[in-house]
Amino acid sequence: MGKTIIEINDLKRDFRMGEEVVHALKGVSLDIHEGEFVTIMGSSGSGKSTMLNILGCLDNPTSGSYLIDGVPVAQLNKNELATIRNEKIGFIFQSYNLLPRTTAIENVELPLIYNSKISPEERHRRSSEALKMVGLEDRMDHTPAQLSGGQQQRVAIARSLVNDPVIILADEATGNLDTRTSYEIMALFQELNRKGKTIAFVTHEPDIAAFSSRTIILKDGHVIKDEMNTNVNDAARELAALPKEDEE
Amino acid sequence: MKTRILNLIKIALKAIVLNKMRTLLTMLGIIIGVASVIAMLAIGEGSKKSIKDEISKMGSNMINIRPGADMRGGVRMGGSEMQSLKLEDYEALKEKATLLSYVTPQVNGSGQSINGANNWPTSIYGVSPEYLDIKIWELSEGSMFTSAEVKSAAKVAVVGKTVVENLFPNGEDPIGKMIRFNSIPFKIIGVLEEKGESNFGQDQDDIIIAPYTTVQKRILAIDYIQSIVASAVSEEEAEAAVDEITTILREQHHIGSNDDDDFNVFSMDELISTFSSTSEMLTVLLVAIASISLLIGGIGIMNIMYVSVKERTREIGLRMAVGAKGTDILLQFLIEAVLISVTGGIIGVLLGFGATLFIQGVLGWPTIITPYSVIISFAVCAITGIFFGWYPARKAAVLDPISALRYE
Repeated sequence: MGKTIIEINDLKRDFRMGEEVVHALKGVSLDIHEGEFVTIMGSSGSGKSTMLNILGCLDNPTSGSYLIDGVPVAQLNKNELATIRNEKIGFIFQSYNLLPRTTAIENVELPLIYNSKISPEERHRRSSEALKMVGLEDRMDHTPAQLSGGQQQRVAIARSLVNDPVIILADEATGNLDTRTSYEIMALFQELNRKGKTIAFVTHEPDIAAFSSRTIILKDGHVIKDEMNTNVNDAARELAALPKEDEE
Repeated sequence: MKTRILNLIKIALKAIVLNKMRTLLTMLGIIIGVASVIAMLAIGEGSKKSIKDEISKMGSNMINIRPGADMRGGVRMGGSEMQSLKLEDYEALKEKATLLSYVTPQVNGSGQSINGANNWPTSIYGVSPEYLDIKIWELSEGSMFTSAEVKSAAKVAVVGKTVVENLFPNGEDPIGKMIRFNSIPFKIIGVLEEKGESNFGQDQDDIIIAPYTTVQKRILAIDYIQSIVASAVSEEEAEAAVDEITTILREQHHIGSNDDDDFNVFSMDELISTFSSTSEMLTVLLVAIASISLLIGGIGIMNIMYVSVKERTREIGLRMAVGAKGTDILLQFLIEAVLISVTGGIIGVLLGFGATLFIQGVLGWPTIITPYSVIISFAVCAITGIFFGWYPARKAAVLDPISALRYE
């Protein structure tokens, strides 16, 4: 097993809603190791989103410890968290969140713009490499409006890869896509995972979870299930098995 | 740090380019504000300068001495009716004053000038030959009368262009011709160079100049003088010359140290500052009005930046998620606001130049663009951008990335 990327111990997160205190996470402990492809599942209100926000260093836990790539981040301030996000995390969102009227390559460059250690030439080189990795090398100068949903999500994946993060966090990344395109995206994730990328994927669709190597299920702020997938589905094969689309 | 700012400038520029129309409309407020400030200041400066020039043309070293307010047995008398200036005063000044280059007494009257069938109402000035040096006035023809002619009260005259045109409508040469002023015959020995209208709308060429002795005796029948006109050795010495004249005349008039002067001494400097302050006030007023439009322009920027932050909430959330710090976001929006205001400022300055040229060319008003007006309006623009951009930018910077990402 590779080195530990995420190390969470007794993590709690409370929200104050007026007089009431809502316990969104009630003591979660888990480790994610390098090279794992984990899906985090749970119904709404399970603490899934809170978990993802803390994993993504967008939010601080109320108590407990969280180490990412060996760095304790539970007590960091906003600016320090921004730097961690910039250097160690790649985000993918359900609604892609690409900048409108901005070319694919410029969208991919975005995280590197906030890292002044990287020169514009280096930024460009790494961005075109990332786009090549997701198979969009011939769409670099297209704006989101000129791309399909699947292509837009590929741009977003390239953006999450460009800073060479220790973990990619995907939030319902296939939620806006049809089955075929979802499978295409999952095939891409599996390919990236085979190349050594660590991925944490939040979803509520069991068939998507079946493509990952490990599934964690949250309920009412607790981990109720955390097990390795013995029977991992191959997205590429599933894709081939889908009924052929009508030729245009 | 340098690359960071450079990157942020690029981001801001992109946002501006993507919203061309909106940016342009926002800029319009600043453009109009700056252009009007520049044009107003140019008009103000121009009128100030033209008044100054006009007065200088009359002789910037010139000093006027007039009989002053005085009480005679409790009756206050107007200066012009008083007879407190004598020829002896003129002679004393001529003799004792060290800071004066020329002095002349002056008496004047008005009446009808006649040449055969032509006649023309005009004024006659009785002076000494130095008058032309004080007024910086040349002759276009003939010569000025001499001191000897003054002494002998010769009936000779130098006339202005307007008088010539009206008395000699057929274009004859007036030199050597006899004219009559209030029935007294004068021989024309010179014609004054054309001076045109003064700033106060007076035709300066409507004049006859004759020896003061002649005017005193033949026309006015008086033995006092109405005023003394002198010129200081230099413009800088004008104030000292005024003091010197005062001292000499007080002595001459035996005025006790506690008593008021019975004469008034004015230098051109005072006249200039009187008129300048009037036009200055006008300038302040014009600029105040123009500044209001600049202020409204600033509010326009604030408004559009506020909308822009609201509209791009998700974008801000995304930028934060991928590692932008609060200061990055703050600077991005601040730079955008400043770029809008400064670009507006540049266009405004150019437009202001254009408007100024237009005013000068079409309306014929004198204008001067001073460098400080450009610098000030430009600085005001940049400050406007920062001031009105700050609040919306701050609002963007303190957004919570989680809720910003979810913003619909």
